[in-house]
Amino acid sequence: MPIDKRAGSAAEALADVSDGATVLISGFGGAGFPNILIRALRDRGPKNLTLVVNSAVHRYSFTHELIEAGLVRKVVCTAARGHSKEPSPFERLWIEGKIELECVPQGTFAERIRAGGAGIPAFYTPVGFGTDLAQGKEVRNFDGRDCILAQAIKGDLALVRADTADRYGNLAFRYAQMNFGPVMATAATLAVVEVRTVLDEPMPHERVQLPGFYVDRVVAVGT
Amino acid sequence: MQPLNRLQIAWRAAQDIGDGMLVNLGMGMPVTVVDYLRPEADIFIQSENGVIGAGPLASPDRADTDLVDASSRRVTLRPGAAIVDSSWSFAAIRGGHIDVAVLGAFEVAANGDLANWDMRLPNKGPLVGGAMDLAACARAVWVIMEHVTRKGAPRLLEACTLPLTAVRCVKRVYTDLAVIEITPAGMLVREMLAGLDETDLRKRTGAPLNFAPDCRPLVTPPIELPIGDPA
Repeated sequence: MPIDKRAGSAAEALADVSDGATVLISGFGGAGFPNILIRALRDRGPKNLTLVVNSAVHRYSFTHELIEAGLVRKVVCTAARGHSKEPSPFERLWIEGKIELECVPQGTFAERIRAGGAGIPAFYTPVGFGTDLAQGKEVRNFDGRDCILAQAIKGDLALVRADTADRYGNLAFRYAQMNFGPVMATAATLAVVEVRTVLDEPMPHERVQLPGFYVDRVVAVGT
Repeated sequence: MQPLNRLQIAWRAAQDIGDGMLVNLGMGMPVTVVDYLRPEADIFIQSENGVIGAGPLASPDRADTDLVDASSRRVTLRPGAAIVDSSWSFAAIRGGHIDVAVLGAFEVAANGDLANWDMRLPNKGPLVGGAMDLAACARAVWVIMEHVTRKGAPRLLEACTLPLTAVRCVKRVYTDLAVIEITPAGMLVREMLAGLDETDLRKRTGAPLNFAPDCRPLVTPPIELPIGDPA
């Protein structure tokens, strides 16, 4: 059967997501948020999710809708500070002890996900040594430099935003849309990607920024 | 004696950024350094989200939500720019490929310890972003900040009181009063605002200061803050 990763809708692409899933969500600073997939996941409503997302509170991401809908048990992120003086919905749940938070330096966050998709169970990094975020972590000295152990992150599901796909799942990103998308797709059992458009023809190889074998489903959203 | 404003501090740091450097500018005061880079110097600005060669801010009609820097500002690309994904971007940072990271700070210690990510605000979640990666791994870490807090307490200390971002990482500090190197023997004043003397500067500093034999006056052009600027 010919390969065809196109899904008819966001809802269809997420129909088999179950409770307790670890969900990796791409996006940074307004670029690459898979907001249509995030909303479809909220509508589907799986419970006790662990989110792995750069920011728990970014104003242009719909991630907060999953949190406000009570679907999230834990967030692994690099930023969890709301934009206003009043606590954000995430901060309120966190202060009340209703949601677990793991705050990770951004490079360690990206590399842990990369490692998850690259068959590396853990690695040592100098980043974070001597800080509060190193508490409880194994320390080892390499070449005179103290490093801490960081464990790989894998997901059950990745939600990624790209610009263009083809039916093989090959992806091209616009500008800084890429950010965490490629590594998240490699580290998840099921990688679902929303794109502006799906090409009728195979994507020219020099345009492919993530090869299609990493991608399971693509949904064209038109914008 | 008029302390520098924050744009003048940024101007002073920009004068030390040389031709061909790959530079990361942190959020807040550091991003304004880009406005004062010497035009003849060919400099690439790296942004944590993977933009290598960010140009000036985009005009409103050219702004693109997919082309942002690490402060979520809509930027442009300079000639020769490239964009990579976040894991590659941070591999470049950790791998020591960034010549200079210019960062803001709450506190810097005499041994180079940096505190710039957590002010222990009540009821606010943490935000670390790429601060620890840059502080720990850029080839040189320069801090730009006001010499004292708004209440007048020193920010240059024997030991930081706020949570650390990285240990022994800061090489140089540009403040509104002085330019200070962090050396194995502690803080060494390279430049000091005219009208201040050593006693004045020591009074505003919470760590011992040495003065370079060739310590120079800290001079910048006048730069107006934007109208309505809170600082």
